[in-house]
Amino acid sequence: MSATLKAPLTVEFPFTRSLGPVQSAFLTGLRERVVLGVRTGDGRVLVPPVEYDPVTAEEIRDLVEVAPTGTVTTWAWNHEPRRGQPLDTPFAWALVRLDGADTALLHALDAPGPDAVRTGMRVRVRWAEERSGAITDIACFEAYDGDPVEPAGHSGEFADPVTGIVAPARLDYTYSPGRAQTGYINALAERRNVGERCPSCRKVYVPPRGACPTCGVATAEQVEVGPGGTVTTFCIVNIKAKNLDIEVPYVYAHIALDGADLALHGRIAGIPYDQVRIGLRVEPVWTEGARYPDHYRPTGEPDAEYDTFKELL
Amino acid sequence: MNREIAVVAFAQTDHRRTSDELSEVEMLMPVLHRVLEQTGLKTSDIGFTCSGSSDYLAGRAFSFTLALDGVGAWPPISESHVEMDGAWALYEAWVKLQTGDADTALVYAYGKSSPGSVRDVLTRQLDPYYVAPLWPDSVALAALQAQALIDAGGTDEPALAAVGARSRADAVANSHAQLRGSVPQGEYLVRPLRTGDCSPVGDGAAAVVLAAGERARDLCERPAWIRGIDHRIEAHGIGVRELTDSPSTRLAAEQAGAFERPVDTAELHASFTSQEVILREVLGLDDRVRVNPSGGALAANPVMAAGLIRIGEAAARIHRGESDRALAHATSGPCLQQNLVAVLEGDPR
Ligand SMILES: [Zn+2]
Repeated sequence: MSATLKAPLTVEFPFTRSLGPVQSAFLTGLRERVVLGVRTGDGRVLVPPVEYDPVTAEEIRDLVEVAPTGTVTTWAWNHEPRRGQPLDTPFAWALVRLDGADTALLHALDAPGPDAVRTGMRVRVRWAEERSGAITDIACFEAYDGDPVEPAGHSGEFADPVTGIVAPARLDYTYSPGRAQTGYINALAERRNVGERCPSCRKVYVPPRGACPTCGVATAEQVEVGPGGTVTTFCIVNIKAKNLDIEVPYVYAHIALDGADLALHGRIAGIPYDQVRIGLRVEPVWTEGARYPDHYRPTGEPDAEYDTFKELL
Repeated sequence: MNREIAVVAFAQTDHRRTSDELSEVEMLMPVLHRVLEQTGLKTSDIGFTCSGSSDYLAGRAFSFTLALDGVGAWPPISESHVEMDGAWALYEAWVKLQTGDADTALVYAYGKSSPGSVRDVLTRQLDPYYVAPLWPDSVALAALQAQALIDAGGTDEPALAAVGARSRADAVANSHAQLRGSVPQGEYLVRPLRTGDCSPVGDGAAAVVLAAGERARDLCERPAWIRGIDHRIEAHGIGVRELTDSPSTRLAAEQAGAFERPVDTAELHASFTSQEVILREVLGLDDRVRVNPSGGALAANPVMAAGLIRIGEAAARIHRGESDRALAHATSGPCLQQNLVAVLEGDPR
């Protein structure tokens, strides 16, 4: 058996999130170099602020400006910054209780080394040069030995409030399809379709995933299926997908390859879309250098009898 | 209501750094077969099936539906899934059995951390407005908690190293564990946590069978009765919490009846040495309690299965007659955000 296939897989999405009134005020404030907290029912000031009291679950809206200076309540030295983190030079993660707040804000603390950081040290906000209304408008914290900065008592009302953020998320993976699907994909490269037979119910699954979903046992015996097959059902696609180079309308079908007990799907071409029918006999069309069939086309055989594929519908 | 429900079987994979020759269902299936074999049940005999896993580990949507192929889900079965550790799937199954809708349940969980970077993947469960955009990884958040504990005088670096060393020494007796025996304490990952303070990154799966009342006695010589089970959550913002304490664990333990009588065994889901120190303290576990005889999560931590494994390991000790009353703990989220506690007992001997 050949080695399991692997390929890089990147999952990336720009999450667009709307803000509630308190989050909006807080993030707009950062854009304007103002740090706002919210007062809870028992008189504590939460920074960063939330919209519901963590104790009573009451809605809270009482915004309070706090100072851009504060005290480190705990920290951790990060000698190897990772992608997306606030600084690309070694820094401390820190929880900072800003003057006037009762809870701590998580952010990066820029310092020359771990010996320059301690719990209880005084710090202040270093603002990002370009600010848009996001937590990253605080570039980081930095050591500060001056007096606390008196907040101006901002009301939390802004002329042009930020109402949403776009938070890009990206994760990188090395995807491996496992043993069964590796066998399937490798066979496709040789222009063969292989399934796997269940040792218990004898059904042949294609593409194989390594298990019989009916019996819950491993499928191991490889079985060559096709190349011909029968259309068991289909739909006509009228809307062009982004980045897809296929003229609409086209037909997408379930195709029961000869010898398989499960239909796989593929595009049907080589026949006008409105002449595709259930029972149509088709075969794969491979294009030069491709690792999988581009589409299926009619073989010219008479249509299959219903009884030969009714179990596969 | 209030039926007697027990863990009657437990199985797990060998946990490994990578298992990329196997798909998730290929990794999971042998475990499902083993746990059913222990009871003599077939898939069609199971009243309810519940699983725990996370799409973010695999990088694919609805990845749990493919794993269902390993269960034998046709003809249709009664099934559910939680996007959490399997310990919470077990809780759901326990509730289902309490309602009387089913007498047996299959609970399984799996996680393959090897395809991605689990430290980064776990940032996606954080507050998306104020925290996730900073990408603080899971080790960094645990390190903040560890430093808070050190500052409060609750531990120091040598004491943390000793927790890791004890876990891996205990894991020698556990053939499934990923890290066993003497493991170097290593360099700082995020100070004050060194490699040796952090659970290994790995792939693995686990499954248990639950049964109610007499059914449990039929299926298992010495069922591990769930005397109490509860889970609690704390504020999302870690700057709101007292990081050196775990009030949610204490409350869950209280509700589960953990403090009514001493336990002899505790399986704690501490992915970091510092978290074991906190959990021991809030659960009031002294030296008479055998903590993590399996090696715990510091020896094998397949994300999404590690909490269920704690319940399974605790139950297995009761099955084998090595424990009469055991506590199992599972956690989820950063810095012990959510905590589940179960108290298991064997019949008196
Ligand atoms: Zn079968």
